[in-house]
Parts: sequence; structure tokens; C-alpha cells
Amino acid sequence: MWTFIIRRLIQSVIVIIGVTLITFTALQMSGDPTYLYVSERATEAEIQRTREALGFDKPLPEQYLNFLGNLVQGDFGNSLSYKRPAIESVMEALPATLELTLFAMFLAIVVAIPLGVVASLNRGSAVDGSIMTMGMLGQSIPSFWLGIMMIMFFGLQLRILPISGHVPFIMPLIQGDFLRAFTNLPQTLYYLIMPGFAVAFYSISRNARLVRSSMLEVLGQDFVRTARSKGISERAVVIRHALRNAWLPVVTMIGLEFGFLIGGVVVVEMVFSWPGIGRLVFNAINQRDIPVVQAAVVTLALVFIALNLIVDLVYAKIDPRVKL
Amino acid sequence: MTVETTQAPQIVSRPLSHRRREFRRAVRSMVQAKWPLLAALILFCVALAALFGPWISPLDPNRQDIMVRLADPLSEGRRNAFFLLGTDGLGRDVFSRLLYGARISLTVGICAIMVGGTIGVIAGLLAGYFGGWIDDIIMRLGDIQLAFPFILLAIMFLVILGPGVVNIIIVLGVGQWVTYARIVRAQTLSLREKEYVEAARALGDPTPLIIFRTILPNIIAPLTVIASFNVASVILSEASLSFLGLGVPPDVPTWGAMLADSRDQLMANKWWLAFFPGMAIVLTVLSFNILGDWLRDFLDPRLKTMG
Repeated sequence: MWTFIIRRLIQSVIVIIGVTLITFTALQMSGDPTYLYVSERATEAEIQRTREALGFDKPLPEQYLNFLGNLVQGDFGNSLSYKRPAIESVMEALPATLELTLFAMFLAIVVAIPLGVVASLNRGSAVDGSIMTMGMLGQSIPSFWLGIMMIMFFGLQLRILPISGHVPFIMPLIQGDFLRAFTNLPQTLYYLIMPGFAVAFYSISRNARLVRSSMLEVLGQDFVRTARSKGISERAVVIRHALRNAWLPVVTMIGLEFGFLIGGVVVVEMVFSWPGIGRLVFNAINQRDIPVVQAAVVTLALVFIALNLIVDLVYAKIDPRVKL
Repeated sequence: MTVETTQAPQIVSRPLSHRRREFRRAVRSMVQAKWPLLAALILFCVALAALFGPWISPLDPNRQDIMVRLADPLSEGRRNAFFLLGTDGLGRDVFSRLLYGARISLTVGICAIMVGGTIGVIAGLLAGYFGGWIDDIIMRLGDIQLAFPFILLAIMFLVILGPGVVNIIIVLGVGQWVTYARIVRAQTLSLREKEYVEAARALGDPTPLIIFRTILPNIIAPLTVIASFNVASVILSEASLSFLGLGVPPDVPTWGAMLADSRDQLMANKWWLAFFPGMAIVLTVLSFNILGDWLRDFLDPRLKTMG
């Protein structure tokens, strides 16, 4: 167990170094990165001053070490448009993004597993057919378009769900205001429904298909037949014997799923004006605010690596067969 | 001598007729399954739009006409202009823009998998054939890339490099190589020990020839399945990036950018602005996914019982 944890930690460190190298290289690929930090009307003297201030006149290895040193301290430089440390804006937006990501993750598991199980138990029926069709469709719909369509239908036509807005849950939790956090919770979830489904729909579809095919595989195996022949109720056979084995492929996917969901969250936030990192990045893109984009990308990458690590450790604890 | 000359044509013609038979079998299976046939038809239409967009589109996709802003679908404009799918906030014809958008989606989708496929196939062949440290380096690099939400990397590179079709193809292409590398590596590992590869080696064929002439042709089939699913996911990614304003320059119509523009009119309930470009994406992506599914079943019927 300990060797697994240590190997997994070393792996995470290597990935983090990889991320910083890529971020750094991306900057250098633009030619002279100084031009990303000055306005188009800047004079030669101003450009030179910025270059020296940011250290772009130093040799590359030294620049990288400086970059790494600043990064460890969470220093990505000042945002070009907000005139304050980029990391502050990112940290303010992070809780909202986490709420959306975790909620989508929750949906991707809790909705997908029953769908997959029901489809596998009614194989070849109309129920199975419609779940599979939905699964195929769900993997072909862009999340942001689904969001727009949901806004038009549930928000503007039926007027039953809010088309934008956000009630914080994690933020008060961090500030230690538990009472406010939990009185907020129902509202938080209410505002999460549409963006959450828009982000999660792809994953729900894929996981439902995954659960279905692995259920079909497991249901045909000897231990399920044995369980049935012992006269255990069908319910217990399905839930205790079959599902417990069938959902393992989904659990293995959870780590990678986060990366996928984060990608969807970034775009869907735009549609619902969700005050998270995605919206921040979008505004930063339009203003070519490089420090904010960098801070956001690296922060999300770290969050993803951390979540992935946690999932893997928990998984190793649950399933004794896992060895790395 | 005479024996050799009579035998030679047989050897050459056998794979050809075999291929033709396979092709007929494929077409028959496609017609039987119905959905793949429909998917192929849709993709054929999308390809037509992409190839001949400028000739078949009724209007210039960038022509703005302030007099016919937000015209309803099926409405008429001045000078016999007919707006099949309505016009957008700047009075541009939605149908014409859709036709032009097909071009970017297909180009990016196909070129990106060619970039990613080429890198991935070569990396996978090298890793699988040589093993050892080459294998280690290539596969660990792949692990690192997969341990990172790819769309974030794409965003960062495109913000810095600036928008453009070539940039987006490279960024999305590089994002795909690991999938190909893993499959090619696994296949190469098992083929490496096969008798006919052994024979080629014994005959003294140079290594590149063995890799590309003897091994590669035998692993093409599973790659087509991956490629089909991959085009679908690349088209989705391209739409996301265009939606964020990171795709191609603003004067080139794309489906993702059309959806981004439609957000301004969201409250005004101009549904056609968002509906049609989205449907174009869904139908195209769905068709590639259906074809991928069918291709997988067709190439490996054992899997059919599962899925």
C-alpha cells in the first residue's frame, strides 16, 4: 500500500513538472513573450522595461527556474486587466467551478448506473433501445449547445428553472460559516440543475453504456448463476452480486472523468454566466490577459491531479486487486 | 520460368478480389443495419456542403444586411433573397453560413486525426517494435498527457499562438496521438512474434521495411474504428473552442462561432440562431459515432454480443 502511495505521488509530481514545462514552453512559442504583456501602442522603451521587469531578457533555464519559483508561491504576475495578482481572481472563482464539477460528477454516476442496470436487465426491449439511443445521442451533443437549448426550453418557455445565477455553498464553508452554507444548499442545488445536466449529459450517456455492457458480461458469469441457483432474490443478485462487479469499470474512469468534466465546465459556465474559472478564462481570452489564463490553467490542472490522486487512493483501498 | 509467370498473376489478383468481396460484405452489412447507411448519407451531404459550399450556398455568408436583421426562417429579403433558415443579428444568411461551417468542421476533424494518427502510429510502432527505453519514454509521455485535462492545454496554446485553422489542427491533433499510440503498440507487440514477421526478418529485410510494410498494414483495421470516433470528438472540441472565440478568425463562419453569436439573441427567443448550427454539429458527430460503432461490430463481430 505504501509503495503504491509513494509511486503515485512521484507520478503526480512528474505530471506537475510536465504541466509547468508545457505552460512555460507555450509562452516561449509566441516568439517574444514580452509582447503578450504590453499594449499594442507601447513604445520601444516601455517594451524593454517590461522585458527586464518580467525577466524575459535572461537565459531560458534561468527564466524557467524563476517561473517555477514564482509558481510555487502562487505568483503568476498581475492580471493585465484587473491590476491585481492573477491568482486572487482564480481563487475567488474556484469554489463555483468546484461546485459545478462535483455536482456533474455526482450526476454522471448516480444517474448513469440505474440507467445502465435497467437497460441490461431488459436487454433488447424498448426500454433498452431508448436508453441506448439516448446514450448515443448524448455522446454527440455539445454540452454548451445542450445548455442553450435547456435555457430556451426550461428557462424561457416553461419558466421553471433559472437561466443564470449562483448561490455559493463552498465559499461560506471555507469561511467557516456552516449555517449559511447549509441554508444555502437547497438554492445552490436548484441553480445547479441546468448547468449540471448540461455538463454531465455526455458522461451520463457514456457511463450508462459502460455499465450496461459490463452488467451484461457479469450477468452471464458463473457466480451470478450460482447466486441465482441458491434462491437469492433477483434484487439481491443484481445489486449485491452483479452490480458490485459491473460498476468497477466506471469507478476506474472516475479519475479521468474529472478531466473531461472540467473541460465541459469551462465552456458551459459561459452559457449560464456561472461565476467560475471558465467565465474568468473566457474574459481573459478576450482581453489576452495571459497571467490569468496561465493561473487558471495551472490551478485547474492541480485540482484535477489532486482529485485524480484521491480517487486512485480510495480505489486502491476499496479494491484489493489494484496494484500499480 | 513458365511456372513462375503463370503463378504470379494469381498471387497479385487474390488480395484484390478478396478486397472487393470484403467491400461488398461491408456495403451489405451497412444496408442491413440501416442506421449506418443513414449516417453515411448524412456525412455525404456534409462533405458536399464542405466541398461545394461556395457554389451551392444561396448568399455570401458574410454579407450583412441591416434591413433583414433576425429574419424568420423561410422569409424573403430584398432582391429575391430567400432565407431558408433565417438571418442572424447582422442580417447574414444562416443557411449559407451553415454550409460554409461544414468546411471548417470537416477539415479540422479530418486533418487533426491525420496529424494525431501519424504521430501516434509512428510512436506506437516504435514503442511496440523496439520495446525497452524507447517504449518507456513514449508511453510515459502519453501517461502524462492523459493525466491532464486536454482542453485546458488547447485553450492556453491557442490564446498564445492566436486563432487559425492550422493552429487548431495542430493543437487538437497532438491531443489525440496517445490513443493511437496505445493501440498500435499493443498490436505491434503481438505481431512482432508472428511467423511472417520472423520470416521477413530472416530474409534480411531492413527494419523500417518490416515495420511499415509488414506490420503496419495488419493494424490498419482497428485504427479506422478509433479514427471514426476521434473525428467525432475532435469536431466537438473544435466547436467548443470556436464557441470560446479560440477557433478560426472571426470572418470565417463556423458552427461553434455561430452558437457563440446566438447568445446575444438568447433572450429575444430567436431559436433558429442556436438550433440549426447545433443540429448541424449533432448530426455530423452522431453520424461519425454511429459509423464507428458499426465499423467496430463489422470488423470484430465478437464484440456485438456485448454492446
